[in-house]
Amino acid sequence: MKYQDEFRDRHVVLGLAARIREHVAGRTEPMTFMEVCGTHTMSIYQYGLRTLLPPQVRLISGPGCPVCVTPNEYLDRAVALCRLPDVIVATFGDMVRVPGSTSSLQEERARGADIRIVYSPLDAVAIAARNPEKRVVFLGVGFETTAPAIGGSILAAKKQGLANYFVLAAHKTMPKPMGVLSADPELKIDGYICPAHVSTITGPEIYRFLAEEFHIPCVITGFEPADVMQGVEMLVRQVVAGESRVETQYSRVVRPEGNRKAQEVIREVFTPCDAPWRGIGVIPGSGLRIADAYAVFDAEKAIPVAVEETREHAGCLCGEILKGKAAPTDCPLFGGACTPESPVGACMVSSEGTCAAAYKYGQ
Amino acid sequence: MCLGVPMQVVSVGDGDIVAEIDGVRKEASLMLLDEEVKEGDFVIVHAGFAISRLDEEEAQETLRLMREVFKPEDMA
Repeated sequence: MKYQDEFRDRHVVLGLAARIREHVAGRTEPMTFMEVCGTHTMSIYQYGLRTLLPPQVRLISGPGCPVCVTPNEYLDRAVALCRLPDVIVATFGDMVRVPGSTSSLQEERARGADIRIVYSPLDAVAIAARNPEKRVVFLGVGFETTAPAIGGSILAAKKQGLANYFVLAAHKTMPKPMGVLSADPELKIDGYICPAHVSTITGPEIYRFLAEEFHIPCVITGFEPADVMQGVEMLVRQVVAGESRVETQYSRVVRPEGNRKAQEVIREVFTPCDAPWRGIGVIPGSGLRIADAYAVFDAEKAIPVAVEETREHAGCLCGEILKGKAAPTDCPLFGGACTPESPVGACMVSSEGTCAAAYKYGQ
Repeated sequence: MCLGVPMQVVSVGDGDIVAEIDGVRKEASLMLLDEEVKEGDFVIVHAGFAISRLDEEEAQETLRLMREVFKPEDMA
């Protein structure tokens, strides 16, 4: 694949690392950059990028894994829904193994629940069309990248006249939690590696307040190792120059206006709402619920169900890890009671989770 | 889940495409794409939807800027 290979060129990555070292030479004060996208987290661990950076440049992971920031209460509702005899739960694969308060979808499936892992929400719409006697509930989690796809599935179900397709929506939008973390004096974030495909949909403007109000440089960065290294280099340059702007390293994909068609689908199908984030709490206006005009597709409204009382997992540090305040190895469960084979917390379940990346690549 | 994958367009249908990466072919909806695509283009596919076209000129420009930084003596 021609682009991927060139953006993985080891010499280019090392050249960029050398440039970063030149920029920070003689500086004693460290700078901390946060990546808020799970795919960046994976890339940083997979290619060992931290080991190429000078000690003055520190990378920390933030709340960028959609499965990880989804609180237990949501999983408990999904579990309650899948226990209904006429319900098929359709979901992306990484939701299945996340433990809720007392069960997971995987455990429910072993007990006979009909749970289907799909690649696209359109596959879930097709399942609904093939199973008119069943109600199909798609688990709609994810950020601005995923929301339009799930909005698109609702529009497709409407067009097909389906009355048995529903979405349990817990979409979240990215810039608000970045504002919360920016204001946290304990974290002291000096720059953001901004998510690539969220920005593909939204465009770069959503980060402007971080640069202007919090004076934090923001660089929208691609996922290949040379992309991440160049993104870090662009952040370092801004910090050294005392600047704070929003820049786009990933200009081969991200347009200044974003993807207007996808933005339009989000506006049509969803309404902004307050949303709970694992580890961070409720952030006003940081979620997307299904708009009233599409309420018949809203699983929460259309399929009432009793949900068990939410319980947190004792000892799990996912919350602190998602805020960038703890590293996976700070958690007493990491690698012992909690492994990818037998995860306790969400950050170990999803391949985009910080703990899963740290476990897999051993850093 | 948020993984968007660059794929090459193999054929363009009515509202959808077939795209390929590493010999794997998948269908993707064009419902969310606000740009024209044609056979041979690269697109980012996420959860069954093409969400952006990959701009070859911008890709080459980014690589050019990266190579500018690359110095052989750093590789010693």
